[in-house]
Amino acid sequence: MTDFSINPTGRKQGRFGQIALRWSLYLILCLFALYYLMPLFVMLTTSLKSLEEIRTGSLLSLPRNITFEAWSTAWSKACTGIQCEGLRPYFWNSILLSIPAVAISTLIGALNGYVIAQWKFKGSNLIFSLMLFGCFIPFQVVLLPMARVLGILDLAGTIPGLIFVHVVYGIGFTTLFFRNYYVTIPQELVKAAKVDGAGFVRIFWSIFLPLSLPIVVVTVIWQFTQIWNDFLFGVSFSQAGTQPVTVALNNIVNSTTGVKEYNVDMAAAIIAAMPTLLVYVVAGKYFIRGLTAGSVKG
Amino acid sequence: MSLMLEVKNLYKNYGSVEILKDINVAIEQGDFLVLVGPSGCGKSTLLNCIAGLEQITAGDVVIGGQNMTDVSPKDRDIAMVFQSYALYPTMSVAKNITFGMKVRGVDADTQQKKLNEVAKQLQMEPLLNRKPGQLSGGQRQRVAMGRALVRDPKLFLFDEPLSNLDAKLRVEMRTEIKRLHLDLGATMVYVTHDQIEAMTLATKIVVLKDGIIQQIGSPAEIYNNPKNLFVADFMGSPAMNLIPATAVSKPTGTEIKISRANGDPLVLMDKTKLDLPENVIVGLRPEDIAEAGYRAGKGVQTATCMVDIVEPAGADTYVMTHLGGNEVTARLHAETQAKPGQPLDFAFDLGKVSYFDPETGSRLN
Repeated sequence: MTDFSINPTGRKQGRFGQIALRWSLYLILCLFALYYLMPLFVMLTTSLKSLEEIRTGSLLSLPRNITFEAWSTAWSKACTGIQCEGLRPYFWNSILLSIPAVAISTLIGALNGYVIAQWKFKGSNLIFSLMLFGCFIPFQVVLLPMARVLGILDLAGTIPGLIFVHVVYGIGFTTLFFRNYYVTIPQELVKAAKVDGAGFVRIFWSIFLPLSLPIVVVTVIWQFTQIWNDFLFGVSFSQAGTQPVTVALNNIVNSTTGVKEYNVDMAAAIIAAMPTLLVYVVAGKYFIRGLTAGSVKG
Repeated sequence: MSLMLEVKNLYKNYGSVEILKDINVAIEQGDFLVLVGPSGCGKSTLLNCIAGLEQITAGDVVIGGQNMTDVSPKDRDIAMVFQSYALYPTMSVAKNITFGMKVRGVDADTQQKKLNEVAKQLQMEPLLNRKPGQLSGGQRQRVAMGRALVRDPKLFLFDEPLSNLDAKLRVEMRTEIKRLHLDLGATMVYVTHDQIEAMTLATKIVVLKDGIIQQIGSPAEIYNNPKNLFVADFMGSPAMNLIPATAVSKPTGTEIKISRANGDPLVLMDKTKLDLPENVIVGLRPEDIAEAGYRAGKGVQTATCMVDIVEPAGADTYVMTHLGGNEVTARLHAETQAKPGQPLDFAFDLGKVSYFDPETGSRLN
């Protein structure tokens, strides 16, 4: 306010510059948003058009007659090779696969993190470093050894086998998440509980797990996205009947003969991506909160 | 009276670093033992060793006559209050207090009865349904105390429980802990770096430095007869004046000569029977130096010194002067007319004087 009385013109120019800057920022952000939304828009509109309309109309135009036929085809009639049952059975496979894999890897990660952060033993830091190292091993590297292990365990080509692969691969990340969260919890809490008579499991169950909601949400979102969207493990370690939805989507798109049914492909892609989108919309709020929780809370 | 806690020849190492060396302490039922020392002296480690939260390298911990050296904390019949309070954040105050009983399978009626007793004792009935996050520092402290009290253990352990409170609350809680100790007649071990807390609460003080016990004794013993320079300097506020001097034996006693900036030494006569080496360090509490005419006694001698600084503190006025190259604090009455830069007649009371060896730091009288 004092500035204003001393140098009114300068102040006004400053304000104008600020507003212009602010609006150009908004403009740029809107352009980026549009750019990122464009593929979704094309997918959605294409999936609602008939084949006839796709052939004649432009890629960006809105559908003239909205039809959900492509969606129902993608869900229950599209061919994935010789079978023509749509995505439905594979979608179910993905659910059967990802829910246990997410649950098990999160639980193991929580236990690992709890031990590494609060029950340090000789070599615990080394073990943690090795687990971290596991996060950086590319998927491709483990394909052959993993195939061998699955063969030995008699789990090759089964859903439990895929669950096993995802749990093993996820433990590095889930341990990292939980360890970093639990390390912020004062060690005196464990000491107090020990004096109170609680043991390892009791302290974890009654004191640490109830504190863990934010980091559980983060881990579940992370793991669910990883596992649901995984293609490489799915295509490598499954056989007909146990393939996840991502593999089925690939087969629908690649195995059609004759006319490419773009509308069915797009509908199938949206269906396959729906659960991860849903998880983000429902739990996204907690995701951001959980990621920052460790750094803010003392 | 039976011994409630005995620590015998306790050693604690972290790798090759010795944290605690040959600790021997014993206290009786109803004692209030305070472990005091500067940070890093090992006092909290010693408390954790007593609690069983730290494995000890050698020695024994005996609680209530039973050797607990290899017993887990939950079976030692102890309760502990932590510096950060360590309340379980997701549980209500009531659940925090009853958690220990729940874990031990105490039936619900007894739990409720004990909870009510403790809540009443600590006046926290209105807080029982709140979560720790909704409490103030003082209230959290109270809940942490309640969690210990409800257990009715053989031994209470306190790890700097007041250091997270503001100055006023700290004094209030200190009195409250003292009252609890009197009411319960319980045995307590208390860790602090605050020597005033140690003096006010303890029936027995252990002064630690670098993992070695410097002195064990009642607050009065520690205050009046510090065993070495470290204890003399650490206990008491303002600290004891430690003045380099030379001692000369005379037929009537010992002459203590303290050099002064103006070249004219201050000479005091100690008539008690002493056998001092030539070079000594004289330890005089600030209250043993008064303004001449305000202190009478057998050993009182007066001398004129230059006043450096005057610090009125309300009830007393602290006056600084220079003796033997050191700054010396005298505790004068509040109405003193002392002014900086002017001479003043001081009365030195040698009735409680301590002499230390400048080489070894240990007490000579």
